[in-house]
Amino acid sequence: MSEQPSIFDILGPIMIGPSSSHTAGASRIGYIARQLLNDKPVRAVITLYNSFAKTHKGHGTDRAIVGGILGFGPDDPRIRQSFELGKEEGLEWEFKFVGDSARFHSNTAKIRLEGAGGGKVEITGASLGGGRIKIQEIEGFRVDFTASMHTLVVIADDIPGSIRNISGAIADRGSNIANMFVSRSEKLANMVIEVDQPIDKETLKRIESFPWVKFARRVEPMVEGSSRYEK
Amino acid sequence: MEFNYLSDIVEYCRREGKDMAQAMADYEMKNKGLTREQVYDGLKRILLVMEESVDQGMTQQVITPSGMLNNWAKTVAGAQVNTLGPALKMAAARAIAVGEVNACMGKIAAAPTAGSAGILPAVLVTMMEEHGTTRERLLDALLVTSAVGLIFAKNSSFAGSEAGCMGETGSAAAMGAAAITYLLGGNEEQILEAVGFALKASMGLVCDPVGGLVEEPCTTRNAVGVANAFVSAQLALAGIKSLIPADEVIAATKEVGDLMSPRLKESGQGGLANTKTGREIQKRVFATVRAQKG
Repeated sequence: MSEQPSIFDILGPIMIGPSSSHTAGASRIGYIARQLLNDKPVRAVITLYNSFAKTHKGHGTDRAIVGGILGFGPDDPRIRQSFELGKEEGLEWEFKFVGDSARFHSNTAKIRLEGAGGGKVEITGASLGGGRIKIQEIEGFRVDFTASMHTLVVIADDIPGSIRNISGAIADRGSNIANMFVSRSEKLANMVIEVDQPIDKETLKRIESFPWVKFARRVEPMVEGSSRYEK
Repeated sequence: MEFNYLSDIVEYCRREGKDMAQAMADYEMKNKGLTREQVYDGLKRILLVMEESVDQGMTQQVITPSGMLNNWAKTVAGAQVNTLGPALKMAAARAIAVGEVNACMGKIAAAPTAGSAGILPAVLVTMMEEHGTTRERLLDALLVTSAVGLIFAKNSSFAGSEAGCMGETGSAAAMGAAAITYLLGGNEEQILEAVGFALKASMGLVCDPVGGLVEEPCTTRNAVGVANAFVSAQLALAGIKSLIPADEVIAATKEVGDLMSPRLKESGQGGLANTKTGREIQKRVFATVRAQKG
């Protein structure tokens, strides 16, 4: 039996208005970019595509994405003041707009973040309606995940045994892998691994310690009241 | 545990000797591995946000950034000439209240969507205020609305871009009608009749918001959606039958949604959005917004 919808997919999400796709979903994409950066963001370049590009102002899409980058969940009223709060936090951002792109879903945002520690990350995500999103690209790799589960994203040298070592590190901590997606480009492999339990720091450290791992980050599922990175 | 049609849920109720709220509590507990308490805690959070959003719109200044909505909920509540009984008048005002709060980037529960978020809070708060329904009962009523929403989502769509406003305020009105019927003692069959009436009244309703904003006509459609919910529940409780069964009405909404032109489904290019005045408002609103942001 396939996964059945929850009654809370129907009743909810609890969110800051006005639009579940253009506000709540947009903030989630920003929030996931922040989690993947795993650092205090200092600079953001945000490209909005298609419907996002055309109607972002009326829906607060821009404020929602900046709010997400600041770590505000979709139900956090601070989204309304995200521009002011972002400036206070020392975040600089720039929006670009691409009105018509057949390559992307109608509500798509590409976010490039730079952190205070020099780290960088670039993701592309689409907002599907009802606050649901899917991440479609990370660092140029095609991916496809919804961040509705605990998710681990790894980019590594494409060497034999890499998948076995990473899944082993997760299994050793007693976690169950629910889904795993692998894509390859040139000599690198990208793995997106969805896990039933939270991925703890030790597991992440162990995976990062493999010399062939270039990038390992975790994304936690979005729940109500999930704002993080409080001052 | 899987429900694909409203008739599956009714059959479960009959087999297990449970009402629709209990059936949905079972569904959520079994599928998501939750305790009853966890399910009800989730429902309480939704109800709390619903009540707060009504309260905010009824008591605070709500003028949307576009200027299109300006304290309409309070205006309706304070109307001197009344065509409706006090319950329905206040229900309409409450639906507008949530719409205004939503358009002002306030906190709402998107149930089923943000654009239709006024209908269920207006129904539930009105049942509490006018019929003395307890919050515990309202939580059960929310479970009943989730039954309708679940089946609608599976066989039709909540997305304005797929099913027009029929999928948003239409499905919300059907969920509200089910809640009212349930709370006033209707049985499973009557709940389904109410769903049928509400959806038939919304059949083919387009999604044509001016400037693409969730304001005009969404807010007043929420108010009329509440009336649809109460009227549909009244008919069902009186014992009238929807000649087309609710599951078939839902299937028809899917067919109608598919047949509707994309221009009439949240494109901002058809219907009211495409009227002379609609276009003028769009130009004015976006010019102001740009100016504000320098």
